[in-house]
Amino acid sequence: MTPELGQLALILALLLALAQSILPLIGAWRGNRALMAVARPAAAGQAVFVAMAFGILAWAFLRFDFSVQYVADNSNLALPWYYRIAAVWGAHEGSLLLWILILNVWTVALVAFSQKLPEVFASRVIAVMGLIAVGFLAFIIFTSNPFGRLLPMPGDGADLNPVLQDPGMTFHPPMLYMGYVGFSVAFAFSIAALLGGELEQAWVRWARPWTNIAWAFLTCGIVAGSWWAYAELGWGGWWFWDPVENASFMPWLVGAALIHAQAVTEKRGSLRAWTILLSIFAFSLSLLGTFLVRSGVLTSVHAFASDPRRGIFILAFLTIVVGGSLLLYALRAPRVLGGKPFKVVSRETVLLIGNLMFAVAAAMVLLGTLFPLIGDALNLGRISVGPPYFGFLFPLLMAPVVLLLPFGPFLRWGKGEAPVLKSLLLRVVIAALACAIVAAFLVDGNLKAIVGVAAAVWITVGVLLYAYKRWREMPRGRRYPAEMAGMLLAHLGVGVFVAGVLLSESLSVTRDVRMAPGESQHIGSYEFRFDGVHRANGPNWKADQGVVTVIRDGRELTVMHPQKRTYLRGQVQTESAVDAGVTRDLYVALGEPMDAGNVEGAWALRLYYKPFVRWIWAGGLLMMLGGLVCAADKRFRLKRGAGAEAGAIASLRVQENHA
Amino acid sequence: MNRLLPFIGFMLLVGLFGFGIWWNTRHDPNAIPTPLLNKPAPAFNLPKLYEPAQTVSKADLLGKPYLLNVFASWCIECGVEHPVLTAEGPSLGVALVGYNYKDAPADAKNWLARHGNPYGLLIADEPGQTAIDFGVYGAPESFLIDAKGVIRYKHIGPLTPDVVAKELKPAIAAMLKEAP
Amino acid sequence: MTRQLFRMLLAASLLLGGFAHAQAIEPMPFKDHAQELRFQHLTHQLRCPMCQNETLADSNAPIARDLRNQIFRMMQQGRSDEEIKQYLVARYSEFVLYDPPLKPGTWLLWFGPLLILCGGTGVVLAAIRRRNRGDGAAEAPTDNGDDW
Repeated sequence: MTPELGQLALILALLLALAQSILPLIGAWRGNRALMAVARPAAAGQAVFVAMAFGILAWAFLRFDFSVQYVADNSNLALPWYYRIAAVWGAHEGSLLLWILILNVWTVALVAFSQKLPEVFASRVIAVMGLIAVGFLAFIIFTSNPFGRLLPMPGDGADLNPVLQDPGMTFHPPMLYMGYVGFSVAFAFSIAALLGGELEQAWVRWARPWTNIAWAFLTCGIVAGSWWAYAELGWGGWWFWDPVENASFMPWLVGAALIHAQAVTEKRGSLRAWTILLSIFAFSLSLLGTFLVRSGVLTSVHAFASDPRRGIFILAFLTIVVGGSLLLYALRAPRVLGGKPFKVVSRETVLLIGNLMFAVAAAMVLLGTLFPLIGDALNLGRISVGPPYFGFLFPLLMAPVVLLLPFGPFLRWGKGEAPVLKSLLLRVVIAALACAIVAAFLVDGNLKAIVGVAAAVWITVGVLLYAYKRWREMPRGRRYPAEMAGMLLAHLGVGVFVAGVLLSESLSVTRDVRMAPGESQHIGSYEFRFDGVHRANGPNWKADQGVVTVIRDGRELTVMHPQKRTYLRGQVQTESAVDAGVTRDLYVALGEPMDAGNVEGAWALRLYYKPFVRWIWAGGLLMMLGGLVCAADKRFRLKRGAGAEAGAIASLRVQENHA
Repeated sequence: MNRLLPFIGFMLLVGLFGFGIWWNTRHDPNAIPTPLLNKPAPAFNLPKLYEPAQTVSKADLLGKPYLLNVFASWCIECGVEHPVLTAEGPSLGVALVGYNYKDAPADAKNWLARHGNPYGLLIADEPGQTAIDFGVYGAPESFLIDAKGVIRYKHIGPLTPDVVAKELKPAIAAMLKEAP
Repeated sequence: MTRQLFRMLLAASLLLGGFAHAQAIEPMPFKDHAQELRFQHLTHQLRCPMCQNETLADSNAPIARDLRNQIFRMMQQGRSDEEIKQYLVARYSEFVLYDPPLKPGTWLLWFGPLLILCGGTGVVLAAIRRRNRGDGAAEAPTDNGDDW
């Protein structure tokens, strides 16, 4: 009976979402306070029912209720409880439910923290969130019911895809969805602003912390996914430019642009239309990702099993939400140039260029991702667009961003000072050159590695110089407001990331080797000794487990245990062994016995030496931290109530007139 | 007008996605059209499955059109295709040549003994080397080759009654009309 | 019937999916380290024709193994990367190239980003020029409560 309750809860949630979206919109339009007052309780009610549905599905997994089709398809009696929880979002239906749950988490947070916003504006924002929920609830109820029954009930279920049975994969989807869905807040703010007209200019300041937090979560989700692909798949790579990866990367790029555009709009009043457009794009690309992953229009390693009906539903939803908001943008976007003027040499200019490059990079990724489809449409034959294409164009497009990054903070709003720039330029050039020369000797003239060191030093020195300038010039306590500290952390993260990518890509060593027990292989100064293979058992798998001892300078460094697992339902899964380090990872994956079936004999192994690869994720985590710190800035807190904000609006209006 | 550009761009995308959904209902996303269509079939020289001492070459088969059907005992979809081939084979009007792909001969013989043998001739490519020349990347795949040894039609995946009626038979008819 | 076929394909793809993540690890007797690097580089640029979206280097599909061996043999025969790519394209079409060749059909792909960049640069330049007319330095301090 409980699964039916889950479905009932979803239907009730849909009804409440309808109330949450339609009534407050009418109320805001007509000035009817009673209708506007529906928004908050309806949102809270919807959240309760969605949480209930989610809890019921999780409960069904925990007590092995195989009469629920989704549970029978994605778990079995031997699956440990933590993976049974993760299995809730292990396939299409449940992951959609997670999406909706997270949307409700964001909505409830918005309801709680928007008490001090002007009532009309807040009810519009909550209503837009409600509209999104309506679409997704209808989607899950009409095409992807996770509570469908399987009768007669089987004695045991199938299995959760073994690829997903990993801690990294357990956290990856919730984090990613926190990011995707989080952009809906910025989206709702800008739609509410468009609906309300230009009056509510202050919305940008209210939207900023939400955007930063969403972007931080998205960063975390992508880092978790990339880390998982690296550690789990045994291929040693961390990014493949697969359509599904790109689907998460495009909102990230646009989100990065949006964060900077919002700063300009909030502080200077410029770029207002662009900020609105970016808010729409960031969320639209999140929706697009959902479409690409679930519709089957693109071939990907990670896609869910596809169904054209679902594709059509999401496409229709996408058309209404994105098409509608872009149409609204075309009709209502601010036409007058607002904000303060700026000189060619100014922080605004640098941020504009950065925004341009992020936007073009996102467009390039979109074009490359969709080009196989365009090829089908124009009858050009089947075309593959992969890492060589993106790997060539993306660094080119990001080079200006890296080059300009140190200068942004040093430039003043409105008008920058050339002498400051010159001394800064001199210092970063000297630092980057010096480090590049030292690096050239260390890496044997490997150009990519040298460029990596130079670029990383360029960014890092720029960031540190600015931090030092603040330290020198400002009194204690006023040196690093949270917003600036976040910016510095995130920019530092870019430097660390760039170093990690270029160094690990240029200096990695991969070897496929045949090793008999007792034999050794050398990579650099590391000796890998193969000590044979034995059997190992887990809760729901059996494995051949290799023992590889790593020796350096005659000292035993570590013992690694790469596995080849066979899960309950026969799926084979490589489980690589990683010895992590700050300056390098050692990585071993186990292949097959060289003579079929002879586990005592020689085996095929893959050995990797990956210098600085961890810096890639460390850089990502720094960026995430930066986003979160930034969002904590005091300025973003709505302390003084809407009255003060109205004052801010008025002053912005004055500035507009002035311009 | 400028303000409408994002909307117009997005609508183009929607059109593309709509096309993608439609296209996927009509095409197997895993099928790659062969560049060998209407080109001479690659030369081969392969042993017969039942008499491995004897080999068959492309030249031996010239003069008569035939359907080269790539199959294997390990291939699940070949089991789906096999009854169709058995039922429709005799009415096709061309010889049926079985191409046993990356299979142990004993397994292949067992499989044929169980499911029946619709093929007039059976050749075996255990190493899978010649198959690369044909652009084979899985099983089942079927090549229609005319009397001059030119590939006239290729199907990737199992031949279903639908595919036979709508694609294979028209292709055979067109080929026979051209060179009776 | 098509429904059944669809299910079959689904089952097959799930099956493939299950095996796909057992990595392809095959030691080969390379002539020297340079050849090994060349082989790794080349197989990472080629797409396995059978798989969802995997390189020849990473895929464990039977055809990927065969093609890797073929590439290895051709390298021993002294064929260049370009010749090996031509060989594969002649049999499996340009689908196998992750790096689509530049030709009229792919102009949009290769020059599209440049076009967008040029258009965007135009818009940005126009915006900067328009804003530059005002006198930014004479502005009153902002009310946003920070000093940087």
